[in-house]
Amino acid sequence: MLDISPAEWTAILLSLRVAVIATLVATPFGIALAWLLARRDFWGKSVLDALVHLPLVLPPVVTGYLLLLTFGRRGLVGGFLADHLGIVFAFRWTGAALACGLMAFPLLVRPMRLSIEAIDRRLEQAAETLGAAPWKVFFTVTLPLALPGVLAGMVLGFAKAIGEFGATITFVSNIPGETQTISSAIYSLIQTPDGDAAAGRLVIVSIVLALGALIAAEWFARRATARLHGN
Amino acid sequence: MLRVDIEKQLGEFSLSASFASEGRVIGLFGASGAGKTSLVNMIAGLLRPDRGTIVIDGETVDDSTARIHVPTWRRRIGYVFQDARLFPHLTVAQNLDYGRRMNGLAPDPAQHKRVIELLDIGALEGRRPGKLSGGERQRVALGRALLSRPRLLLLDEPLGALDEGRKLEILPYLVRLRDEANVPMVYVSHDVAELRQLATQIVMLKQGRVTSFGGVKVLT
Repeated sequence: MLDISPAEWTAILLSLRVAVIATLVATPFGIALAWLLARRDFWGKSVLDALVHLPLVLPPVVTGYLLLLTFGRRGLVGGFLADHLGIVFAFRWTGAALACGLMAFPLLVRPMRLSIEAIDRRLEQAAETLGAAPWKVFFTVTLPLALPGVLAGMVLGFAKAIGEFGATITFVSNIPGETQTISSAIYSLIQTPDGDAAAGRLVIVSIVLALGALIAAEWFARRATARLHGN
Repeated sequence: MLRVDIEKQLGEFSLSASFASEGRVIGLFGASGAGKTSLVNMIAGLLRPDRGTIVIDGETVDDSTARIHVPTWRRRIGYVFQDARLFPHLTVAQNLDYGRRMNGLAPDPAQHKRVIELLDIGALEGRRPGKLSGGERQRVALGRALLSRPRLLLLDEPLGALDEGRKLEILPYLVRLRDEANVPMVYVSHDVAELRQLATQIVMLKQGRVTSFGGVKVLT
């Protein structure tokens, strides 16, 4: 149906890889942060909350530039990682995953936080009276009950990651086969004469992926409600 | 068996209670707002007393001067709440097995069978809590608490959320529990008739103070 060329496939598969890795790596941090924001009161909580949401409101080019300054070869963190651990982000697909993960983080955390906040804490108390240590309570009661929200957050984060453009292109540029995702491929194609057809195909692919993710997130949210009512 | 000597300030309300009992079922009697639930929550470790000691089965679980406060999950108590609090994401069978798994105890099919029969909940095991009636939920909650093999069972108005008919349905199970399960209980209620049937000793609580302590006759 869609006659997708090898170059376009490369961009699609790279986008998928970047988004999957970004989502998987961000998820444990997202759960930890969601739990912290939902359950704990501490000094600087509102600052942390604002920081998490910052990528949502900051111009993506600013986020990308800050990433370049921090994680670039001569950046404070990037230089250290490259010299001591051999991990390089700049102009690599790993850098694209980092940028996408960061940009997706606020969307990923929010449903997780809401679903943890919705859990009846008295259930956790009941688990404690039955002999469950706090970490067991988390893994046997809190997390399973929050699971639909966790999955919804992952799906939304994935959708955001796969569409990310500004921060990624600023941080890791637009190198075919290495950092050229669907978004940056479309960007290049619409600046090329006769690129319209290819751009159109990639546009359709991104619409399908985004729609699919939104429908999946909605489905998980509905499952969450059913689960909390014990059906 | 149970020794309580505590003080706790909860906002405007001050709770101060002292009693010791070897009874099989200690009935904690008082009007709502007398501090019954707070007292039980302290025995369970969900609430920490400001001052005083709590001793369960010879083990000091709270001692403010020695700074002892054993966390709830290490107290080996069972707690049946007014609102059952079954885990909605687990089946009845998984709910029943939860305490055993959390305490790392070996499966005991004989005990499992005994409790299931005692409470008549065998037919419910494959269901989810959302599909149970109020009375069934409360029986499962009782079974779940018992199967964690507690040394003390706390029951906070377990019939409180049920209508008269359901209460009469559960009461015989509680009597059987007292006579057959061999676990000492603290039974909280504001219902004199209930306590007359179940309790062997009464602690009467009024506005945060123990006003009388003794046999069931103090209820008159």
